[in-house]
Amino acid sequence: MRHMRKRLFIWSAAIAGSLIVATLAGAEKLLLINGAGATFPYPIYSKWFAEYAKVNPTVNFNYQSIGSGGGVRQIIAKTVDFGASDGPMTTDELKQVPAPVLHLPTVLGGVVVTYNIPGIETKLNFTQKALADIFLGKIKRWDDAALAGANAGMPLPPQPIVVIHRSDGSGTTYIWTDFLSKISSAWSNVVGRGKSVNWPVGLGGKGNEGVAGLVKQTPYAIGYVELGYALQNRLAYGRVENAAGEFAECTLESVTQAAASVVEKMPADFRVSITNAPGRGTYPIASFTWLLVYRDQEDPVKGEALLSFLKWMLHDGQQLVGPLGYAPLPPEVVKLEEVAIGQITIKARN
Amino acid sequence: MTRTFALAILGVTALVAWQLFIHSRLAQARFGLGFLSGTTWDPVAERFGAWPFLYGTLVTSAIALILAVPLGLGTAIFLVEMVPPVASRWLAFLVELLAAIPSVIYGLVGIFVVVPWVRMSAEPWLSSTLGFLPLFQGAFYGVGFLTAGLILAVMVVPFITSVSREVLLAVPRAQREAALALGATRWEVLWVAVLPYARAGIAASILLALARALGETMAVTMVIGNRPQVAASLFAPGYTMAAVLANEFTEATSDLYLHALIEIGLVLFCVTVAVNGLARIILGRLAIRPGRT
Repeated sequence: MRHMRKRLFIWSAAIAGSLIVATLAGAEKLLLINGAGATFPYPIYSKWFAEYAKVNPTVNFNYQSIGSGGGVRQIIAKTVDFGASDGPMTTDELKQVPAPVLHLPTVLGGVVVTYNIPGIETKLNFTQKALADIFLGKIKRWDDAALAGANAGMPLPPQPIVVIHRSDGSGTTYIWTDFLSKISSAWSNVVGRGKSVNWPVGLGGKGNEGVAGLVKQTPYAIGYVELGYALQNRLAYGRVENAAGEFAECTLESVTQAAASVVEKMPADFRVSITNAPGRGTYPIASFTWLLVYRDQEDPVKGEALLSFLKWMLHDGQQLVGPLGYAPLPPEVVKLEEVAIGQITIKARN
Repeated sequence: MTRTFALAILGVTALVAWQLFIHSRLAQARFGLGFLSGTTWDPVAERFGAWPFLYGTLVTSAIALILAVPLGLGTAIFLVEMVPPVASRWLAFLVELLAAIPSVIYGLVGIFVVVPWVRMSAEPWLSSTLGFLPLFQGAFYGVGFLTAGLILAVMVVPFITSVSREVLLAVPRAQREAALALGATRWEVLWVAVLPYARAGIAASILLALARALGETMAVTMVIGNRPQVAASLFAPGYTMAAVLANEFTEATSDLYLHALIEIGLVLFCVTVAVNGLARIILGRLAIRPGRT
């Protein structure tokens, strides 16, 4: 009996082993391209990779959303095939890369001002100065003259404003503080721009979910979240004064327009901030998010796969972004980016 | 063989300490011991100080223990002395289940249930009855030291209860019977004969709870308000060392920033070691040895 059990065991182990080996061997036929970086565009990147797999089933993209900082570190260390970041790499970081890296914008995102004032259901208007002063702690109550001036007729209550910001380092915070630094010298001197900053006032929530959760729960709170997140969770958000003096609402069109309006001054490497963009119809708190790709692809197979994905992304991929709350790249930027992609060289196959 | 494994554990601890030390050297060089007393945490200007986080960790852990020790010990005593053995086993199982709940779930329950309750009921009540103390003054946010301490208390109660219950059950019947024979009431039996015998084990359970409270990350960061400040009031938002590490580590780009965060990790490590060392000393004095009362 023991003899039979032993034989049964050896046979099942052998069968299991060969099944595993067969699966692994089968899996090896798929080309794996690894990327890491920003969490903000993770939903759209996931969708793109899934859709692209239908176009080209031999390639499998593996993207880890570890944060923009992680993406930049990995691309410097060359442990991934591509990186992703919500903020462009700084000059110091670019000095550390072993080979030239291209910044390729993929989608646009907007950051909205969300608030919770019991009794007010409509959109509030925020002037640039008022927004900066609220987050600096200079405007402490909702019925302050600066807010009432832009919102004539609204029953703003005499309650203290509870400011909510992000506690974790995030690209959304970078866009937000970049905007505030441009419009307020007080903010620029005291706080500055960054993925994490020393906030003068307010509570911190972890992630967009944390900020939205705290704003929803705390009466008279104000916070900032990504447009896609606000749309999907049906959060109330206000209008922000743009550089042209209009109170702009954050829509996919106004965000795309913000990118289109800076196209003439667009640097060749796309490392530009588009907050407080000039022109009418622009939303002032918008930004690109970039893919970080080595200009000289050493692996011909991976290089060609990456290149064809990028071309697909610029055309077919852009059609998929709207439903997820991201704004597509304007046509002018797409044209410039096609030129940039043309710079990618792929080492010849041996 | 066992010696190898034991040495391996020591080796891993030493390795962790060593790595924390060498990867925080930039921050050590820049700030020195002033890091421990500095109150500014400014990633843009690259000025870092750990005191608000140290304060937050100590305060939330203290609140957690103040709430959890009577509750946990009381539960253990209840389960051992007043409940029939079968029910006691089942109730103990339920209490131990609390320890199995992931801390993120505690955080979510904290945000959606405890924070509104604290903001609308607990803080106003505390303010109206004990508002003359600086501990209970200030705006009611819901999030803050108090809520974080509450959630931590619930998380560490199972540790205290289950270990204390085991220790109390291990007290020999002879102890109880001797006290009863001398005419002690049930309360006196507990206080005079049983608890002193179980002192060392109970102290060990409290220290286990403290270690959990010091290191707890996710549940705390969701309910503490994440504001690096030192405030006298328990209603105020704060920050802990584990929470800031969890929040800022992935996006820390500059080397000094990263080293400052790792130095916070080093401080947390040292605090945990110091607390455990202190514990060992206290336990040494408390333990019942043969011939000692």
